[in-house]
This record gives sequence, structure tokens and C-alpha cells, in this order.
Amino acid sequence: MAHDKLLALLQERCGAESFTTSLFRDNQRVIAAPARLFAILECLKLDAGFDMLADLTAVDYLYYPDAKDRFGVVYALLNTATGERVYVKTYLNEPDLQVPSAFPLWKGADWMEREVYDMYGIIFEGHPNLRRILMPEEFAAFPLRKDYPLRGKGERHNFPVLTRADG
Amino acid sequence: MALNLPENVMMTRLDQLANWVRANSLWPMPFATACCGIELMAAGASRHDIARFGAEVMRFSPRQCDLMIVAGRVVMKMMPVLQRVWLQMPEPKWCISMGACACSGGVFDTYAVVQGIDRFMPVDVYIPGCPPRPEQIIQSVMDLQNKIQRGGTLNGKEFAQRSQSEAPRPLALELAPNEAIVAPGDFANATRLRDPQDP
Repeated sequence: MAHDKLLALLQERCGAESFTTSLFRDNQRVIAAPARLFAILECLKLDAGFDMLADLTAVDYLYYPDAKDRFGVVYALLNTATGERVYVKTYLNEPDLQVPSAFPLWKGADWMEREVYDMYGIIFEGHPNLRRILMPEEFAAFPLRKDYPLRGKGERHNFPVLTRADG
Repeated sequence: MALNLPENVMMTRLDQLANWVRANSLWPMPFATACCGIELMAAGASRHDIARFGAEVMRFSPRQCDLMIVAGRVVMKMMPVLQRVWLQMPEPKWCISMGACACSGGVFDTYAVVQGIDRFMPVDVYIPGCPPRPEQIIQSVMDLQNKIQRGGTLNGKEFAQRSQSEAPRPLALELAPNEAIVAPGDFANATRLRDPQDP
């Protein structure tokens, strides 16, 4: 549906104060607070027909000019019947980096949320198995944060050295 | 006194016989983690045939191999696995580090990629390239055959001499963690060192 129809539907079902929207050409976004996020996602899935979670990722705005919040979590939803996409965003700040998990709505959110947790340290409440997925379990940092150096802090070279005489 | 040997008898040293046998029947353990694995497969296929050099039997069990070819980048999650597989190989064994990523980390100078497997494992022959052509892989097998025939012994005494780590000395350019480059918001200044206090 067109942007204003989507806006009207969301306002009717979820209350007009809980979100804002913006539109640029065909890219429509819904920005919600973390407390209202799950309701917005549920409304989009069940009422507006966005049945596929295409992507779930996060952004670190640490050195971004004009940024007001540190992290943003982005949900890319796709309506497989009409091919329409909408991007739902919420902003988070330290120290409370918790967001309700989208796993009850889309099972594909399972590994995507694990990846966001692994790379940024954002906790998804209600996730059945929130642990690291790309880095080893004992890795102690969140690598895609902007204050983590590209070459790491020495974790990659912390192994025993085998010489040829050891066999 | 001249020995009158029949035609089908030859005299040699036991070491040389062992070297000849081992060099011409190197059974590779293809530890292919990434793109170099495809070129390794190409080297084993019919056009560039590594079977001509005796290295046809690519067993995936380390217990049955004597040549480990590390083809591809090795991440920090895989390094303990690589070391364990190397330790499972019986003596005598050799290692070929194939491709830029296994030799030095390649283009991936990041938090997760080990910058060269020779930091933690003994390597005999290095193959540069990204990926190296199959002809280069064959050349490296030939080089390893020369190395075995020049210096090998029957009971593998030459391996016990290599008790020092053969890792590269750290280069002057390797940065300490507090000086490491952090990706800034303005990509024009991304190559300069950043003061950690100044955002």
C-alpha cells in the first residue's frame, strides 16, 4: 500500500504517538522507541502484510556528525504479496542496550539477532539462544563498534606456537 | 674390487631411497578454507594434474596424509582446529602454505584473521598468489620434492633440528592496540592515526 495508507493503518492500530515515519522516493521508514517496537512490528506483520523479515542489523553512530543516539537497530520488512518494503528503526543508547526480540514474529530473526549481539553487544530480550555466532564464544569485545580497532586488540595472535620439533 | 651386479639391482643409501619414495608419493591433506581451495581442486583436476607428481591421493583424514596444504585464510576460530589437525598427522609430514592469506593474512588485516599460519605452525614451502595458479601449486610440490631429496633422512632426524619458531619478526609497521586505526566517521581521514581521546 502507499505510504499514507500505511501511515493511516499504523496510526489506527498502534496509536499515533508511538512512531514517526519518513519517506524518500520509494524508501519508507518507521521510527519507533524501543518500548513500542514490538507492537509496531507485530502490527506491520499481522495487519499490513509484511510477512518477511529480510534483514536485521544495527548501526553505530559514534563518530557520525549530528547523531543523537549511539546505536540504531534496523529491521527490513518485505511484503511478499506486493513486493513493498519498509524499514523499521529504533535508537538505543548505553547503558540500556536491550530490545525485545523479534523471534516470536519471525523465526529468521534468530541468527540475525545473534549476529547483532555478537558484533555490537545489543541484547535481545526473549531470544531463545543469545550467544555469539561469528566470533568464538570466548571473544571479549564487540568488533563492529566504532571504538574497536580494525586489527583487533591482539586476540587474533593469542595461540600456542607449534615448532617442527614438537611433532 | 668391482661388484658384478645384475641389471635389476642398484646400490644406494637408505636415506636417499627413503627420500625418493617419500618425495614421489606425497599424499596431501587439503586444508582448504577459502578460495584457494578452488585452485587446489583445479590443480588436482585433469588439465593441471598433480597426480603426475604423486600427489593424487587427497585424503581428508590427517592420519593418512603426509603433506598438509593450507589453502585459504585461517581465522582465529579455525586456528586451533588447524593446529589439532597438524598434530594428528603422523611423521614424516610437511606443510605447504598456499596463497597470500595463509602466508601472511593476505588482504585481510582484520581482527579475526591470523596474519600468516607460520606464526603458530611450521611451514616448509610458501606459495604466494591470490590465488596462485595451479602451475604454481605444482611448482611448489616440485620444490618440496627437491627439499625432501636434498635433506631428508630415513627416520626423520632433520625435523628435530627445527625447534625454533619460524614466525616472522614483527614488522616495524605493526601497531600497538592503542595506536591502531579506528574507522572514523569521515572516510577522507581514514588512513591517519587517530588519537584515542579525540573522537
